[in-house]
Amino acid sequence: MSSAVPTIIIKPGKGTVHYWRELWQYRELFYFLAWRDILVRYKQTVIGIAWAIIRPVLTMVVFTIVFGKIANLPTAGSAPYAIMVFAALLPWQFFSSGLTEASNSLITNANMLTKIFFPRLIVPASTIIVCVVDFLITLVILAILMAAYQFAPSWQALFLPLFFLLALLPTLGLGIWVAAVNVKYRDFRYVIPFVVQFGLYITPVGFSSTIVPEKWRLLYSLNPIVGVVDGFRWCLLRGEPALEPASIGISVFISLLILFWGVKYFKKVERNFADVI
Amino acid sequence: MSNTIISASNIGKKYIIRHNKDAYLTLRDQIAETGKALARKIVKPKSSPKKAEETFWALRGLSFEIKQGERVGIIGRNGAGKSTLLKILSRITEPSTGEIRMRGRVASLLEVGTGFHPELTGRENIYLNGAILGMSKKEIARKFDEIVQFAEVERFLDTPVKRYSSGMYVRLAFAVAAHLEPEILIVDEVLAVGDAQFQKKCLGKMDEVARGGRTVLFVSHNMNAISSLCERCILLDGGKIISQGRTNTVIKKYLATQQVASDGEVDLRPQRMRKNSLEDSRFKFTNICILNSKQKISSHIFMNEPFTLVIQGVANEDIEESTIGYSVDSSLGFPLFNSFSPEKRIKKGLVTYKINFNPNILAPGMYTLGLGANGAGIVDWIPEAIHLTVDNVSSTGKSNHPQYGGVIVYPYKWKIYHDKYT
Repeated sequence: MSSAVPTIIIKPGKGTVHYWRELWQYRELFYFLAWRDILVRYKQTVIGIAWAIIRPVLTMVVFTIVFGKIANLPTAGSAPYAIMVFAALLPWQFFSSGLTEASNSLITNANMLTKIFFPRLIVPASTIIVCVVDFLITLVILAILMAAYQFAPSWQALFLPLFFLLALLPTLGLGIWVAAVNVKYRDFRYVIPFVVQFGLYITPVGFSSTIVPEKWRLLYSLNPIVGVVDGFRWCLLRGEPALEPASIGISVFISLLILFWGVKYFKKVERNFADVI
Repeated sequence: MSNTIISASNIGKKYIIRHNKDAYLTLRDQIAETGKALARKIVKPKSSPKKAEETFWALRGLSFEIKQGERVGIIGRNGAGKSTLLKILSRITEPSTGEIRMRGRVASLLEVGTGFHPELTGRENIYLNGAILGMSKKEIARKFDEIVQFAEVERFLDTPVKRYSSGMYVRLAFAVAAHLEPEILIVDEVLAVGDAQFQKKCLGKMDEVARGGRTVLFVSHNMNAISSLCERCILLDGGKIISQGRTNTVIKKYLATQQVASDGEVDLRPQRMRKNSLEDSRFKFTNICILNSKQKISSHIFMNEPFTLVIQGVANEDIEESTIGYSVDSSLGFPLFNSFSPEKRIKKGLVTYKINFNPNILAPGMYTLGLGANGAGIVDWIPEAIHLTVDNVSSTGKSNHPQYGGVIVYPYKWKIYHDKYT
């Protein structure tokens, strides 16, 4: 690290020249912050892990009863309703908790921002790692659930990492953007729980996306999580309809757009964080 | 190639002060404001909206150069812009004008223990804090034992730091910071913490760091520390450089500015007077004044007259288990004595404390009084609240004693015997 002595130029209105290189240099801090968050989260082991289990399981039970039994909505494939719901809860929970955690991350770490320099992007990005751990725990629960129902996943499960990446993009993008907006407007954080709650109903978590009329499907895919949820179901459940390339394509495009936009906004305002936070 | 490591030209920093009630901008207000402005435009298209903003230059036109291996002190009164300058140099905030070129890694200790997490153990916090300060994992592992030894916390390595005493906490935090090896080290008043012995150890460590050829920028109110550590000083006042050069010369100028600037009453509400305080502290100091023996406000008192210190603060709720105190420092920043209020609860509203001082305690000279409040949800620290000048003339007008050295008046009694037969 000390081989070449870098020259740093500080000028108003201009971030560092080597933005991405600097981010890379601070990658260890990223690991450490993620490690800290995970450690703190699971320090009180019982509560930490229990929470990661209770939340998705209860949601699944409620959704199965409300949508599956009371509303009697159909499943597309041969999977039991509970498993169909749970396969969608995986990415949804990751997205919603990632967005919530990331959006508060800068404010909770305010004292670091005002005392020490480091690439600020690390803070919201590292909080999402905790959600990845929660995601993995939920994945284990799904495996147990599938075993209990004696329902084997299809070979397409191999594509799961790809769809996980697709879930990561909008989570990161929106999380970064909201984190930055939160620094400026302190009441913005009250909007997030609403968005998350609303999002749950416009995303096919409790029901199959096949009940959405054909002509609205493409419009529906503008919600990037729709593509992710369909992808997860396609990977994990047998007998799901084949994925529509156009709708997945829209998902990927929108996700990339959100990420690009989020990072761009973040880069623009991060220089003033220490002054306004 | 010149060995200039930092060159700054025409550095300025502008803050916009908003005269709103709320400290933070909210989206709701923003939308309401935009709506109002729009409505105003429709009703009266030509009037410009009234501005509730004021610009404030914390720094203006600063230019200086620092050479490799130099130890430079930055001194000045509260609100002179020292902290802002350090924040710019450590890249926490960006300047509004000017340009700085720096060669090398910069590490700043604006407050030790930043990023410490109370739930994590000492060992975990060493790694975390090291990483936050810019050390690599390898570097931390290499220096781990040294850090632990320096902090004297071997036995508590696997205890969460929330169970540490405040002394241990500070020692561990400083120990991590002290083992950084950047080309440029920026230090702000970290030595105000810990016991005297540990402070000495810290000063020694910083001296060692500097002698190792690294550049150190050091801000302190303690002129003893400054003059023992730094060969060169920059004096700031009102956001401008008043003087720079050899430490002794600059310190003399600093003391002279203190003399001019002392008022008998100081409004303590501006946030910039504070150091390491909670922005939303449940108790905040609002005012301090010195009353002479005639109950008049004055920053000058005579050595042989009693005087009264009046401290006021506001508590925004009833507070238990908290205390406020004051300290008296010499003009060089050396702490002389301090005292805490015996009352551990503070009632909601304005609180006034009066402290009576006996005559003949402080020797003629300049003194600095600091204030601190501490408790649950309360941290308010104003290291330089007011300056007090003690004059060497009695209140009856005639000179009492010709001269006093030092800072205290000791009630000495001389007995002199003359022996006729030698």
